[in-house]
Amino acid sequence: MIKTADELRRASVLFLKDVYKAYGPKVVLDNVDLAVRGGELCSLVGPSGCGKSTLFRLVLGEERPTSGEVSVGGKPVGFPSVDRGIVYQQYSLYPFLTVFDNVVFGRRLGHGILGSLGKSREFHDEAMFYIEAVKLAEHKDKFPHELSGGMQQRVALAQALIMKPKILLMDEPFGALDPGVREHLQVFLLELWERFEMTIFFVTHDLEEAVYVGTRILVLSQFYSDGRGNGAEVKRGSKIVFDRQLPRRAGATAVKDRAEFRALIQEIRQAGFDPHHLQHVTKFDLEHPDSFHDLTDEELKKGE
Amino acid sequence: MREKLMNFWERRRRNPCFWGLHAGPGRYLNWFLALVPFAVLVSVYLIASDIRLKENPDYKYLPSVMKMAEAVKELVATEDLRTGHYILLQDTLSSLRRLGMGMALAALSALFLGLNQGCFPGFRALLLPFTKFLSIVPPLAILPILLVAFGVHETVKVVLIFIGTAWVMSLDVHLAACKLPKEHITKALTLGASPLGVVYRVVFPQVMPRLIESVRLSLGPAWLFLLAAEAFAASEGLGYRIYLVRRYQAMDVIIPYVLLITFLGFAADWLLRTYMRWKYPWYFVVRES
Repeated sequence: MIKTADELRRASVLFLKDVYKAYGPKVVLDNVDLAVRGGELCSLVGPSGCGKSTLFRLVLGEERPTSGEVSVGGKPVGFPSVDRGIVYQQYSLYPFLTVFDNVVFGRRLGHGILGSLGKSREFHDEAMFYIEAVKLAEHKDKFPHELSGGMQQRVALAQALIMKPKILLMDEPFGALDPGVREHLQVFLLELWERFEMTIFFVTHDLEEAVYVGTRILVLSQFYSDGRGNGAEVKRGSKIVFDRQLPRRAGATAVKDRAEFRALIQEIRQAGFDPHHLQHVTKFDLEHPDSFHDLTDEELKKGE
Repeated sequence: MREKLMNFWERRRRNPCFWGLHAGPGRYLNWFLALVPFAVLVSVYLIASDIRLKENPDYKYLPSVMKMAEAVKELVATEDLRTGHYILLQDTLSSLRRLGMGMALAALSALFLGLNQGCFPGFRALLLPFTKFLSIVPPLAILPILLVAFGVHETVKVVLIFIGTAWVMSLDVHLAACKLPKEHITKALTLGASPLGVVYRVVFPQVMPRLIESVRLSLGPAWLFLLAAEAFAASEGLGYRIYLVRRYQAMDVIIPYVLLITFLGFAADWLLRTYMRWKYPWYFVVRES
């Protein structure tokens, strides 16, 4: 069933259509289309320099696309706002606030100083609920620098969750953690995702993590071919070259060792990460039901 | 016995306590070493003074400790003929009041300027170049202009301290605000902060410790400007007294006054440092990482 763009836009939390982004002569994103539904845990991988962070910043609203449409919850994206929660690899937490104050900060900021009067009980209960959800109740009065890296990221999750964002954006959230802690947090994130029915957009450079965590995997890559030819005059940017629904992983990290898990990773590696394996735009593996890709006539041109 | 001595030297060679790159002076040695230069200075002075005074008991330039103590006692106990206040106390209080007012005004303006320049690009474009220009104008060179503009009363001293320190401090605060990770601001916006919320609830608390450090560093110049202004136009104050008694070459007053000023500077610095350790424990961790 082919859905129209309008239908998809209405059904999606995050919607990108014909998005281009160029810095001067350098094209980074080249006609990217994407629709993400509520409740998806969508992970995005790609080789370094493919523009993951650029795409991320467009969704966040820190930058504008050169052309094309980016909308969240049906509305075009403006400057960063409460629609979109965020967890960074670092600097998510404010060093001058305790764990509790970091988590409650969003509620206080949103209400202003006068609006917060008389609400401290309500805010306290709400913050404690999320702090308990990330299992940090006994550390609530510590400062971020007194916590381990994994604990800091859990606080960052609670801090973002309390705002109930339409979509939670995560930029390499576990990139700086030790392998053991990292795996633990991946499982933890899945539990939270399930419990709070979140929509998550998860950017990582770690393929294994992307496949393990995601219910949907997107691969952004500059390694493909199209009707525009191969000359140096072609300014090509990255496209989503792979888009698949993934089976829901039930907690256990043991799946990472299963043959089909490894096979999928191999497949993705070939599709997106191998500079010598150039798939034609018409041959992309876009099996996800919401996946769509409007190609331009140029890109479709035969006989390069 | 000999062997014990050899062992001792061997140990010292391996764990040097003073010489070399790997020296680790212990706690007591640290204290001792810190006191050495002071002891040397005081001894040299006492010996020189003693020699000179033996030759000529009326020699004024190297007064004995007794002589200085007498002079100080007189300044502490004597009332000023004109105002009826105790001289030393009044000098100290006047100077501290001018210094405090000047620094407080400078710190407040620096905070306002630096914070807004750091956060709002428009404000920065408007005022940063001008602030940089002002910070290079030598304050003492415009003292004559200030004297004409503000007269010889209290205002001119406060204004001189303000002009001498505010701009540099505001540049410092501005740099601290710019150096904050951009993530902090984006994050605050996703948490529902208004523009003013970003400035005053995210950036402000994080530049406060830098402002206090900046005040600490500016205290030196501030004393300089205070003493200069008091030398030119005042009727009391530590600087005024020093320049007044200079005419009589009264080293027995000047030396205790210099020590008092040094002590006040040290105390102010210590207070600010202690306040920071107590109020901003996270700052030292973040700065070092």
